Amino acid sequence: MKVLGIDTSSMATSIAVIEDNKLICEYTVNTKKTHSQKLMPMIENMLMMSDLKIKEIDMITICIGPGSFTGLRIGMATAKAIAHVNNLPIVGVNSLEMLAANMDLCDKNICSVLDAQRNQVYTGKYSFENGKLTELCDVDVVEIETLIDELSATDEEWIMVGEAVYKYEEMVNNTKNICIPQPSHNVSKASSLCSVAIDKYSKNIDVKDCYTIYPMYIRKSQAEVQYDEKMKRLNDGK
Amino acid sequence: MKDIITLAIESSCDETAASVLRNGREILSNVISTQIELHKKFGGVVPEVASRKHLENIDAVVQEALDEANMQFSDIDHIAATYGPGMVGALLVGLSHAKALAYTLDIPLVGVNHIEGHVSANYIEHKDLKPPFITLIVSGGHTHLVEVKDYGEYEILGKTRDDASGEAFDKIARAMGLGYPGGPIIDKLAKEGNKHAIEFPRAYIDEGYDFSFSGLKSAVLNYLNAKKMKNEEIVVEDVAASFQEAVVEVLSTKALKAAKEKGYSTIALAGGVASNSALREKITEMSKSEGIEIKYPSLILCTDNAAMIGCAGYYNFINGRIHDMSLNAVPNLKIGQR
Ligand SMILES: [Zn+2]
Repeated sequence: MKVLGIDTSSMATSIAVIEDNKLICEYTVNTKKTHSQKLMPMIENMLMMSDLKIKEIDMITICIGPGSFTGLRIGMATAKAIAHVNNLPIVGVNSLEMLAANMDLCDKNICSVLDAQRNQVYTGKYSFENGKLTELCDVDVVEIETLIDELSATDEEWIMVGEAVYKYEEMVNNTKNICIPQPSHNVSKASSLCSVAIDKYSKNIDVKDCYTIYPMYIRKSQAEVQYDEKMKRLNDGK
Repeated sequence: MKDIITLAIESSCDETAASVLRNGREILSNVISTQIELHKKFGGVVPEVASRKHLENIDAVVQEALDEANMQFSDIDHIAATYGPGMVGALLVGLSHAKALAYTLDIPLVGVNHIEGHVSANYIEHKDLKPPFITLIVSGGHTHLVEVKDYGEYEILGKTRDDASGEAFDKIARAMGLGYPGGPIIDKLAKEGNKHAIEFPRAYIDEGYDFSFSGLKSAVLNYLNAKKMKNEEIVVEDVAASFQEAVVEVLSTKALKAAKEKGYSTIALAGGVASNSALREKITEMSKSEGIEIKYPSLILCTDNAAMIGCAGYYNFINGRIHDMSLNAVPNLKIGQR
């Protein structure tokens, strides 16, 4: 079974095709050029170089977020169209478990982070138990200080993965039970995405189609937040 | 000659739409999923909310368009999709989907200018309409007077220097607490009012082809404030009718002036405000003595829809104007920009 992985949740655009246990191709571009300009030309190029036809793909996996709202939608609108035409299943993987999968078999606890602006990060905590990636808590969006305080209060060893670590590098380096992996592990990789997805597919977890897959936004839109606040004030009679 | 089948997608604002056309001018399906209800509570379209909804709807809307047309993906000859102008996040959903459809089906992709789509709605409505002609494009985001020289060839004669005409309708409706969207509400109320009740200013800005609606908007707002200050009753029907009359008189006058001076005998109205009943009446009435014919699309083709995008896309396609996979959304795309 050939699996095409697509990730556009952060600045990096990453795509890969894995067949069974073989990585056939992977293409990651971590530049500021928009996903809209990068994604389709990359897919076109990568498949051509690999002598693959889009028709040969049997399953799609997509990073559902959290991450850049617009980026997520570009990736998902693309994945949905391919899946729609060829009637393929789509497996959704969240961006933080995808990053954690870069740290395969690591014996420390893993804390994945993605920049969420406003001094906040999207974060998820994982560990490898008996060789399997296990989620320790739900994905959340928190202040970076709160997260670091929380991790340093545990007596466990943590590895903090994701490009957002460089934004807060000093803070992380000053915390003795948190370390940062090498740069290539900190960028989202579609190959890791595919690995997680193949495992999920085998267990029939998060297997969707073009009509049922949705991004994981975590945050409401600003307009909705303001509207909810207004309604709350009105209900409180203020 | 073999028929050319177009699958078109539109997502520039708050309608997720898909359509299948035969040879550019025959609608086989025209599916529109509107989000108006969703945005009402915010008093206008919220880009992030719209973009999320587009992504949720897009596959169902495309499938419905295929089903209604009794077509399969394999019957489609090319994809057309709006790539601007519009809200960038919203545009990117439809465009990304369209690009991936074209790639997966191995057929050409044609990016379409939304405004050129509005103009092309007239080709669907009026089977005998051919360029050249003058078009008046009036909507929530645009007010343009354009010379259509050939299919896909445009020359802008004039445009608004401040508010778009539809935007003025929305702002005045909001100021009177009438809700959103303002155009249809004011059009309806105005039918009950006296359009000569209040003399609002008309901006002819030195009789060129450009428009300006900010002076009119301020005059209406000042009028409303003055009435409130004096505790006098506001007859909303009269305000609506008088404001609307001022807008449609300026629009009609300038369009007729352009047709006469440039020597055209046809004016085609396009865009959401082209569905305004007062505009249709006024310009038709004013054009009679001039021997100029006024054309406009039916109501459904005046709103944002994908059939008009498909029609514009078809003419781009047969004229060899196609795009590659690097096509990006252009939120401020100009008419005629390639
Ligand atoms: Zn429009």
